[in-house]
Amino acid sequence: MKRGQTPSQTVGPFFAYGLAPEQYNYSFASLADGTMVGDTTEGQRIRVIGHVYDGAGDLVPDALIEIWQANSHGRYNHPADDRKDNLLDPDFKGFGRYGTGTTPDNRFIFDTIKPGSVDGRQAPHLNVVVLMRGMLLHAYTRMYFYDEACANADDPVLSAVPEDRRDTLIARRDPDLPGAVYRFDIHMQGDRETVFFDV
Amino acid sequence: MNSNRDWTSQPPYIRADYKSTVLRGPIKPLVPIPQSLSELTGPVYGHDAVGDLDSDLTKNARVNGEPLGERIIVAGRVVDEDDRPIPNTLVEIWQCNSAGRYVHEADQHDAPLDPNFLGAGRCVTDENGRYEFRTIKPGAYPWRNHPNAWRPNHIHLSLFGSSFISRLVTQMYFPGDPLFEFDPIFNGVPKGARERMVSSFDLSLTEPEFALGYNFDIVLRGPKATPMED
Repeated sequence: MKRGQTPSQTVGPFFAYGLAPEQYNYSFASLADGTMVGDTTEGQRIRVIGHVYDGAGDLVPDALIEIWQANSHGRYNHPADDRKDNLLDPDFKGFGRYGTGTTPDNRFIFDTIKPGSVDGRQAPHLNVVVLMRGMLLHAYTRMYFYDEACANADDPVLSAVPEDRRDTLIARRDPDLPGAVYRFDIHMQGDRETVFFDV
Repeated sequence: MNSNRDWTSQPPYIRADYKSTVLRGPIKPLVPIPQSLSELTGPVYGHDAVGDLDSDLTKNARVNGEPLGERIIVAGRVVDEDDRPIPNTLVEIWQCNSAGRYVHEADQHDAPLDPNFLGAGRCVTDENGRYEFRTIKPGAYPWRNHPNAWRPNHIHLSLFGSSFISRLVTQMYFPGDPLFEFDPIFNGVPKGARERMVSSFDLSLTEPEFALGYNFDIVLRGPKATPMED
């Protein structure tokens, strides 16, 4: 029997205590937050920060950003990725979640590691889901790294994106901040509208 | 248009009568990409991730008594489009209280908070894809989308399913709600698919002397039959 998909609905403005309770100071344990690394996680530590802008150029204060990524060996911590030569990292799940409502300037912040190349063809990237009030359906995008120009040039997903829009997917190192901090702003609309995927 | 998504089931990004969509939904065409391991894997949370009381919202935030309102049981199966169960998958829920108020500083609706009710819960499906929550029936509440706008009673749900592409955030409604016809969020979904968001009263889930039961099955999208790899 074929069954129709359950339709999507907006995450609404009040997701905080359900999906990111500790970040928003509710007394309910969070399953995921912006800290994706532990003491023994392998790989280069990075911080990803960014803002979400609406079509008027205003900051979105009630978006929820989710990250799904491979570990430093390019392996996903999931049964469908059973490649033995890419090692699992017992201290890296690969999932993070952060709402834009708790910092004064409505940013999201992820402390994670730079992923390895998944299959030798794809450049290192983070898979990103964007949810907010005013979106009936979440959107998919990806974050790539400015300092992986060679790998990015061969990446099959970036290659599917019109050349003049690829830049919206590339995070840049912030030279003013200590450590490896990458900035990745998400523009829902406008000239710099982030590329969202049909997956 | 040939798309990876089922647009007969899923709502569009822009829908003028749901005003917040106008500046927040993407406008440029989505870029189709192949489904690789990045899309066909996703976060895994097992039974060890949830606590004993996490699925009982009538108990998980008690301070000095029982939450007020009508106790209900919400249960069902999480399946794929071929009706195969999705076992061991996380279901997260959140909702307002029986008076229609969320425990959130952005909710300024003049209705009482309930000190014994948070409105957040989660569980992991069993080997047959079944889940079950005990909670309080959420109230209707006003919002500012249009004059005299009220949301139908609903519970928010979030699921990962078996991969990142099966990610679903939705809302479960209650049968026969008179507010359906006025709600642009409910009606943002194409005709023919809206009723899949409405739970059904189920006497077999109803516990005598305790609570009414509502059944709500959740059907998650699977990978494309023919992967576009290469």
